[in-house]
Formats: sequence, C-alpha cells, structure tokens
Amino acid sequence: MTDKKIKMPDLSINFAGIKSPNPFWLASAPPTNSGYQIMKAFDAGWGGAVWKTLGVPVVNVSSRYGGVNYRDKRLVGFNNIELISDRPLADNLREIEEVKKRFPNHAVIASLMVQTRQEWHDIVRQSQDAGADGFELNFGCPHGMCERGMGSAVGQEPKVLQMIVEWVMEVATKPVIVKLTPNISDITEPAMAARRGGADAISLINTIQSIVGVDLDKFAPYPIVDGKGTNGGYCGPAVKPIALNMVKNCAQHPDVRLPISGIGGIENWRDAVEHILLGASSVQVCTAAMHFGFGIIREMTSGLEQYMVDKGFNTIYDFVGKALPNVLHWEDLNMKYKVTANIHEDKCIGCQLCYTACEDGAHQAIKLNAGTRVPEIIEENCVGCNLCSLVCPVEDCITMDRTDDGTEHLTWKQRTEAGTAPTEFNDERAGGRHHWVPEPAAALGKERHKTLPGKARILNGETEVPATA
Amino acid sequence: MAEYSTPTTEQEFQLNFAQLKPHMNRTEALYESSRCLFCFDAPCIKACPSGIDIPQFIRQINSGNDTGAARTIYEANYFGNACGKVCPTEVLCEGACVYNLQDVKPIEIGRLQSYATTKVIESGKKLFGPGAPNGKSVAVIGAGPSGISAACELRALGYEVDVFEAKAQPSGLTVYGVAPYKITNEETLAEMAYLQAQFGYNVHFNSPINSREELAELESKYDAIFLGIGLGKTNDLGLPGEDKINCTGAVEFIAELRQHHHQVAVGQKVIVLGGGNTAMDAASESARLGAENVVLAYRRGKEEMGAYDFEYDLAKGVGVKGLFNVAPVEIMGNGYVAGVKFIRTETKEGKVSEIAGSEFVEPCDMVIKATGQAKQTNFLSLIPGLKVDGKGRIVADAHTGQTTNPQYFASGDAWNGGAEVVNAAAEAKLTARGIHAYLSK
Repeated sequence: MTDKKIKMPDLSINFAGIKSPNPFWLASAPPTNSGYQIMKAFDAGWGGAVWKTLGVPVVNVSSRYGGVNYRDKRLVGFNNIELISDRPLADNLREIEEVKKRFPNHAVIASLMVQTRQEWHDIVRQSQDAGADGFELNFGCPHGMCERGMGSAVGQEPKVLQMIVEWVMEVATKPVIVKLTPNISDITEPAMAARRGGADAISLINTIQSIVGVDLDKFAPYPIVDGKGTNGGYCGPAVKPIALNMVKNCAQHPDVRLPISGIGGIENWRDAVEHILLGASSVQVCTAAMHFGFGIIREMTSGLEQYMVDKGFNTIYDFVGKALPNVLHWEDLNMKYKVTANIHEDKCIGCQLCYTACEDGAHQAIKLNAGTRVPEIIEENCVGCNLCSLVCPVEDCITMDRTDDGTEHLTWKQRTEAGTAPTEFNDERAGGRHHWVPEPAAALGKERHKTLPGKARILNGETEVPATA
Repeated sequence: MAEYSTPTTEQEFQLNFAQLKPHMNRTEALYESSRCLFCFDAPCIKACPSGIDIPQFIRQINSGNDTGAARTIYEANYFGNACGKVCPTEVLCEGACVYNLQDVKPIEIGRLQSYATTKVIESGKKLFGPGAPNGKSVAVIGAGPSGISAACELRALGYEVDVFEAKAQPSGLTVYGVAPYKITNEETLAEMAYLQAQFGYNVHFNSPINSREELAELESKYDAIFLGIGLGKTNDLGLPGEDKINCTGAVEFIAELRQHHHQVAVGQKVIVLGGGNTAMDAASESARLGAENVVLAYRRGKEEMGAYDFEYDLAKGVGVKGLFNVAPVEIMGNGYVAGVKFIRTETKEGKVSEIAGSEFVEPCDMVIKATGQAKQTNFLSLIPGLKVDGKGRIVADAHTGQTTNPQYFASGDAWNGGAEVVNAAAEAKLTARGIHAYLSK
C-alpha cells in the first residue's frame, strides 16, 4: 500500500456555531421524535438532528398523513396534520442528554414552541442544560398549533416573531435558528424580523398549507379523521421548487445576512447541492427519511462527496451560494439570447409528444412529414421555449442549441430605459407582432383523424364506413 | 428425460401449460400503465387491426377508471380479453410501441387490455345493450370471433340476431384452436357469456347448417345472413399412409387438447409437419404433454417459415427441434404410425425442388399435420350466386363484407383465408355496419 490517497473533501460544517460532521440534518418531525430514532440516524451517518418540537405536550389525532402520488410514484408530495411532540418534556430532555453523551460531535438542535415569555425562558434553559447544541424556534407549523396562536401564526407576524426571538435571546447561550413559514407573501420579512430579534440563523421552509387530495367516495379531504379532515402541511419532493426560491430570496436579500438551513424536498445529494448553491449551508431532510428510512444518507453523502471531488471543492463553503449571482430579475435577462430546438433524428423514437406539445401548448413550431414519425422543427416559428425538449422521453434527443452569435446583449430594463419597449395595446414593437400564428379556423378538424382513433373515428364518420351496399 | 413430464392431473396440466400472459393485478397494471408515453397518433393504434384506442385505455387504467378502459376496448373490439391474450401482440401493437426504438421493453398492451376487460367481465357491469328494435333480423352462421362480433354489433344496431353454431361452445378457435397456454377455456367462455348478457343475441348450439334446405329456411326467415363459418378440417396431404393411427391434423389435435387437457395422449416421438404458427403451437403442445422428442419438419428453409419468430422461439424454448428442407413422402408403419419417409429439398430462386435419391425415414410414433385448413367450398356452393376466389375464399366487398349474393355477408377466416382473432373481430364490426347500410336502404 502506498500513502497516495485521493484527498477527500471535508463535509463538516460550522453552522452559526453549531458544528456537524456533515451538512445533512434530520428536520424536526416524526423521525426525530425520540432518542432512539436520532441515535439510529447518527449511527447511519446523519450529521445532525433537529428534535421534534418541544413544548407543552400535545394530543394527536389518528390518521395523520396524506400523500400525493404521481402515476406509479408514491409520495411525490406529502402532508401531515400531526402536531409537536406529544411526549413529556422531561423524557425528551433526558434523551437529548443521552444522545449528546454518545454522539458529542453530532449536532442536536432543540426545536421549541411555547407561548409565554416565561415558558420560552424555561424551555430554552432546560434544553441547553440537557446539552442541546442550539435551538430552532418553530414559527412555521401551519396546522393545529397556529389555531392556538403558535407556529405559523407567529411566522406570519414579523413583529410578534421578533419579540419572541428577543425573549429567547435573553437566556440563550447556544445559537438560535428561526424556522420560517412559507405561508406568507414575502419570506424575507420574517427573515429580517428574525435578524432584528438577534437570531443567529434561519431555516426554511416549513410546510405549506395544503389539502393533498379529496376522497371521491367519502367527499372528505385526506387524511380523513372520522369522516372529516383539515388542512395539513405540505412537503416532499413537490415543494422543492418553492423552497429553493425562498432560500434564494433570503440569501440574496442584503438585510437578511444570516446562515440558512435549507429545507424542502431534499431526498438526494442533487437536491441538497441545489439548496447549497442557492445559499443554504446546512440542509434538513424529513419526508425522504420517512419514506425510505435513514439509509438514504449513504447516497446523499457519497453523492455530495463525489460532486465536490469532481468540482474541486474542498469544503461546503466553497460553493454555498455559488449560483446566486446567476439568479437575476427577469428584467435583467439578455433578450438577444436565442436558442432553437434541434431534434436529433437518430435518437428520435417517434412518439410525437414534442409535436403535440408545441402544436397545442406552445407555438406551432413543429411539423409532421409524411412517411416518417420524426417531427421537424420549423425554425422560424421556434421561440426557444424548451417545451419540446422537456416532454421528449429520450435523453438528449431534443437539444436547445444557441443560434444567436453571442455578441449582443439587451435587457428589458435597458429597452425600457431607452424607450424601445412596447407601451401601447397594439404597439408595433409587440414581441409577437411578426411571429406567425395560424388562422383560428385552421384548427377545426385538423387532427381529428389522429386524436379520435378506433371506434370514435367510425362514429364520427371520419374513417371508412360502409358507403356502398 | 423430456423437458416436461406427462401431465396426469388437471393441476399438472395447468403447470405445463401455464399462461404466457397471466393476468395482472392492480399494482402491476398501475406500474405498467404508468410507463405509457401517450404518443400522438400512436403507432400501436395503427398496428391494431381493430384500431383500439390503446393510449386512451391505458390512461384510463392509470387514472383508476378500469371500467372506462374496458368500454374503450369493447367499443372497438368485442373480443377484448381474448385478443389481449391471444393476439400476436409482438408483431402488432407491442411491436409498434415506440419504446422498441429505445431498446426499452414495450408496454405490455395485451396484458393491460386483459386486465381491464377481465375486471369488467368479473363484475358483470353493464356497458352495452341492444339498440332500439328495428324490426329486422339477421342469421349468423358460426359463433366464432366474427360471428359473435357481428351479433354484438347487429344487436347494438337494433337487429334480432340468431347465431347457429355446429359445436357446443361459442368463440370458435378461441376455445377450440388457440394453444392452451395462451388463453383458458374458462376466461374465453366468461367473455362470451358477458357479451351475450350485454347484447342478448340467441345462440343455437349443436346446430350445424349443412343443407340447401336449411339455408333456404334462413333466407326466407331473415333479412340478411352473416357467414362466420371459418375454415374446415386440416388439408389432406395425399400421402400414402396418411390414414394410419396417430396421424392427425393439428386443428383436430388442438381442439381435443383444449377440451380434454391431460386426457389427450401424445406420442413419445412426435413429428409435426408444417412451418406456420399452428405448427409451432402443435409442436409446443406435444412437448408440454410430455413427448420425449418433438421434430418440426418443414419443406423449406428456417427463414421461410410462415410462423412468427416469437412463435418459433417459444417452440424451441420447450425443446422442439427443427428439421428443414424436407418434404414428407410417406407415413410409415403397420397400422400405427412408425415414422415418416422424407425427401430432402432445396430452394432455388424461390422454388422448392426435391433432391432425387435423398429419401430417409425419421422414426416416430405420432404425426401431426399442420399444413393448413381446407376451405368450406362444398358448403359455400349451396349458396346461390356466391362466388369464391381461386383460393376458395369468399368474394365480398372490402368495406361492407357483402358477398355476390346480396343477402349474404361474410367476415373472418372464410373471407380472409385465415388470420387472427383480431382480424375477424374487426372485419365483423365493419360487415355488421355493411348489413345495416344495406338493410337501411
């Protein structure tokens, strides 16, 4: 054996003073309900865990989760109507102590939700005495607790939020993270309130108010409790895009300037890297662990490590927020940039989804030719929207290729400033002014012979029917 | 030791003849239907002789509307479950699936089709019913795929329909001719019972129409007569010794097998004569019945066989051996079959010629002739003015199925010369509409 080793990247983080061997934390939720689960998770490789929210123990209902399935894929979205911990505080604190003893280098964060100043003081003191490495103030829960003036009811009121953070800071000796609710029009407002209150970091997003589905026979929303239901908190892969945008908003805002723990739809290393590239410096996972168990951490760390090796990143901080400079306002995008769809005939399998998508859902820039199933791009009609390449089921079959020469740069903002943007209803400068659009009546019956196959064609008299006899 | 031991009980028979396309459960149907791309102007529809709106019914299964899926299927093809199971989907819908071009397994369309139709059959859910009576009636001769399909469509159009069937059960070759590992008797008959309950046509079993007098009675009693008579017995080869015991026709052998399962005995060494799909079936079936050796003898080369590649693969898979470029000269034996005398052949410029002096005897104790079915020309000659073509096929209008005797219409094997269940089902639908157009004048 030689000493020649590939230098592996350092996954460890120091998040607002909370140290963790890797950036993957379990979010405050059912997987962190007990010391047993958290020890098991740390044993499996998780770097930290935010304990299921402590407070005055609740009583839960039976039937607590609902799922959104897409075709054969289970739990593309997930929601719950479970409340904070229903276990006595003393049991939780004793287990926090036990976990910290066994795993001194892992991050154990106590999620908290109480009402009065005194309660906040008491629970913060007791949690730090038990050995918690930090706190996460749950201002996000959008169901049940908010009806009692807690959770998202706080997160939606920046002034209240700030006041509670101030109460906490009066006694906290460990870093304080404020968990934000996405059920608000501008996420940066509570984020700034957290900062004003003195918080050390923010985490987002908590779950989104949701009804995941309605039982078509019982006429009640899922999950059903004795024939009735209530809104829940939505999470899982489906919420990632919303989370990413809110993480970006907080990371880009000049007045927030707090470390961000990214939460929302993370189930593999790729999702985690996306959160990090938009400004998160730790990530939290819940639904994926609830779906697949703690074992998913192995894929996540190995994928993150491989990505860092491939990119030459030594630490997480080498790429925290690395995509932020490329996220602009719409008005700052280059309007001279032009891509055009290109169908690679050798790869095309002839499903013609690109054709029907463009024809019905975009700009009628794809045509069919007799004798072949391979559609053809009408370049002059192609606006470069990507739709065809998005619906194409074959990898790299439709590529969007740059067709401008890359020398020009003009934004909407510049056009507005230069007075060359359309301003009147029938402005000559309208973007679609000289773009070909078929005559409305050309639509009628155009594809009935293809979209109404079999019996339907016969019934509609559009195929060979007995004419003679 | 043969690949299969001789089945002695129904249970052993079922094991040897396990369904090639077993029914799907809801989970499998959900997973499989999820893979469908919902192609525009889908190639699978075009490849289906009955034009079933396949992406539509797959989407219906996927969204939990199994009943709607069954309706979509039956609207285009009354033999919905049968076709799902016995169609050569590998060369039809599934062969046309665009996934093939990506080296991805095509959607299992046949099995999905059977999933939806079986479900509705089992539930007995009412999907269709007879149309308002129009006061006219049609006699259907033959309760096979074309006859029953025509009966359904005619009932939907408001006709009284009487079906006359020579045998004791409906569905024709679906229950008497298809290999047992493709479909079971129970499910075949269940679909027939379902259709009859939906449409309410009358079927007269064990009622062959054989004579001019019987036809004349139908002609006077019914406004139109539909010929769904199919084909006849296996062609005689005209070879010496063809009448020996254990020399049988494939159609007759399979009909026995479908009705009597493991009670059908097969030889230790079986020679099957022919290179079509029925020959492949007979060979496979012999092997599954426990024959030690099964030889498939064909007078041309392997590549020239009429059978689909997948059918030959299926036969090879159960141990059948091919013997090519040999023509049978004589069935040998003393009362019982003891062998076949062959002469070797060669194909030159598409023509097969025998090689003089190359005779040899291949010993065996059973011969199955899968050399095509005879046309029912004797019967057809009883119908005044009805023309058949040079191959004995009924001459009829391509769009209406009307024969040269305007009161008679035809579909299925007797018209097309011998094709799949799906072809008969599709043709009969059109012909029923042809009858309707004719009688509505």
